[in-house]
Amino acid sequence: MGAIADFLGGPDVVIAIVKVVVAFAALLVATLLTIWFERKVIADMQARIGPNRWGPFGVLQTVADGIKLFFKEDVRPRYADRWTYGLAPVMAAVPSFLAFAVIPFGDHVTVGGERVDFIVSDLNIGVLFFLAAGSIGVYGVVLAGWASGSKYPLLGGIRSSAQLISYEIALGLSLVPIVLVTNSLSTVDIVAAQAGSVGNVDLFDGTFLQGVSELFEVIPNWYIWSQWPAFLLFMIAGIAETNRAPFDLPEAETELIAGFHTEYSGIRFALFFLGEYIHVVVISAMAVTLFFGGWNGPIVDEFLPWIWPVGWFLVKTIAFVYLFIWLRATLPRLRYDRLMWLGWKRLIPASLLWIMVTAVVNVNPEGVDEQTLRSIRLAVFGALFLLVLFVVAKGDPRLKQVVTPERPRSRRAQKQGVKSGSS
Amino acid sequence: MSLDVIVFGAMFVMTLGAGLAMLFARNAVHVALLLVLSQIGLAVAFLLQGAFFVAAIQIIIYAGAIMVLFLFVIMLLGVDRREVLDEPLRGQRPLALGLGVLLTAQVLYIAWRGVDLAFAGTGEAAIQEVNSDPGNVLGIARVLFGRYLLPFEVTSVLLIVAVVGVMVLTRRMYPAAPNVDTDIPGTEAEEVAV
Amino acid sequence: MSLPAYLPILFLLVLSTLFAVASIWVSSKLGPRKWTVAKLQPYESGIVPEEGVAENERFPVKFYLVAMLFIIFDIETVFLYPWAVAYEELALFGLIEMGVFVGLLVAVYVYVWKRGGLEWAE
Repeated sequence: MGAIADFLGGPDVVIAIVKVVVAFAALLVATLLTIWFERKVIADMQARIGPNRWGPFGVLQTVADGIKLFFKEDVRPRYADRWTYGLAPVMAAVPSFLAFAVIPFGDHVTVGGERVDFIVSDLNIGVLFFLAAGSIGVYGVVLAGWASGSKYPLLGGIRSSAQLISYEIALGLSLVPIVLVTNSLSTVDIVAAQAGSVGNVDLFDGTFLQGVSELFEVIPNWYIWSQWPAFLLFMIAGIAETNRAPFDLPEAETELIAGFHTEYSGIRFALFFLGEYIHVVVISAMAVTLFFGGWNGPIVDEFLPWIWPVGWFLVKTIAFVYLFIWLRATLPRLRYDRLMWLGWKRLIPASLLWIMVTAVVNVNPEGVDEQTLRSIRLAVFGALFLLVLFVVAKGDPRLKQVVTPERPRSRRAQKQGVKSGSS
Repeated sequence: MSLDVIVFGAMFVMTLGAGLAMLFARNAVHVALLLVLSQIGLAVAFLLQGAFFVAAIQIIIYAGAIMVLFLFVIMLLGVDRREVLDEPLRGQRPLALGLGVLLTAQVLYIAWRGVDLAFAGTGEAAIQEVNSDPGNVLGIARVLFGRYLLPFEVTSVLLIVAVVGVMVLTRRMYPAAPNVDTDIPGTEAEEVAV
Repeated sequence: MSLPAYLPILFLLVLSTLFAVASIWVSSKLGPRKWTVAKLQPYESGIVPEEGVAENERFPVKFYLVAMLFIIFDIETVFLYPWAVAYEELALFGLIEMGVFVGLLVAVYVYVWKRGGLEWAE
């Protein structure tokens, strides 16, 4: 009797199917709400009203859009490669769904004697599974670009896939420090490691700063405190992976008339964006899981105690979705060479450096007690934080050089200047 | 017959089928996609063996990285939709045949003796021990950073050689002279349903 | 043995693939279908496209370099994960081991940087 048959014979299979269906439906609803939320928030930031016709506050607008796209004509351009053209939107949407499978969105609940964990599947290689799903997601872009049989999509597709793979490295490297301090690849273990408060810091004991160390008792033990550089790297790479502003070059409507999906319309087009918005939700949820304690949070009321963790998880995730939208409304698109510069020359060395720093700080020499180690680590991380804050506040000295503004030249001189400059 | 065997059989058919279809597909991109399919089949086969970490690596490295390189090369050369039938490498068919036989012999030998070779005669029990760790990431780490430390460090030398090779090749590329393409435009024209 | 942990993933894979394929299929049945020559032409902002031009498209070799470097660093990342999981028991020895490995790769990274392999605009 194999393990698979055991599973299919037991009650677990019902739980699994229910969980999968709930997660799937939740992701679809989340997409609808995220798109509406985005349009509303950006409208607000630009002093517009935004969608307000369908449903209360226009919340059904996305549903209306979806239905419209559903009844659109299904066009396949003449030089398109039939099967690959059809495959690309599916390849763009499906990996985003899969990546959600390893995200714990709540604690557990006991139904009829069976323990049900609020996660589709707690894999022992959870973090790697998340990365693997992301690496398959590249195919949606590269295939769409090639299969359309058109110039702009081909250019856009190959450019975007170069972007995606460049930032995939930074994404992969940024998660190593978390695994290093947790010693586990399971997302459930990572969330469990962030339970409780920072507490137990005796660095200041006996001094007038004792009050400070008591303050640590109420600060939640999230990885964001010690791993904030990893968080920044993860967030930048994560935004680039979702093709969102300021890394939305794959959708550069002004340069490549939308890039890889120029030739896509109707429901196929909708599938690309379904994939993108689910990816936004998944990256947000992953940031919460890895750096912000996942579903950890106080259970305020004992009525339905399992609802609180789910609620905390949702609140934190929505905060990150808001961040995505905020960035889109604020930042202009990066130029392509600047994008590659950031990915290859800044993010990769920074994440490698941070891995080694974390490794050095967390190495366990024999004969030193845990308390002293904790205090030393906290001091090191604090000093680093202050250093970086100082560097950031200081800014780039080259940009602060005082220059005397040039006098406006005559039109003739300007023309000549342009001529000599261009030749 | 247990269900595990059935799943394994299905994966076997998928991997082999994709491999065979690769030989008959006419389009280079389709060949690459079929190769991805067979890589995924292999990953599931690893899962069934309890090698979760290796399965994830199979997807991340082979399906996610190396196949993307393949697709890039196909697009880089623009050789889509046409088969190049002349072979610039002389005698590559007999060579391929010889090497193929060699590879088959290797695979068969490893399938037969591999476990004993790797674990110095302790056989099945040693494999069970390595696999007992869930996801056996820890097991792999112990072996990789202990017993096989030197091969691990040599791997980085191998990667360095690869990078230097790429740099030497690509940095010497000059823009090709215009219009040297011998491609004949308009030889494809797929049927269009109107 | 946690192999059954992967079955929900399979369910999710099947469900999402079915959803995507079915919505394309149903949409193609529901929507109108009047394909015309103009409609099926590749979109080029109004310029009439030449026949089969996308065929002869060639790309800068840069992209090949990026993909190759991506593989190198991806392999490195993959080595880092088991090391990170086992770091507690590898301790100082593991730090030195990985220090050498990463050090060698940083050396080659610096080499690529110096030779201009990371420059996009030239």
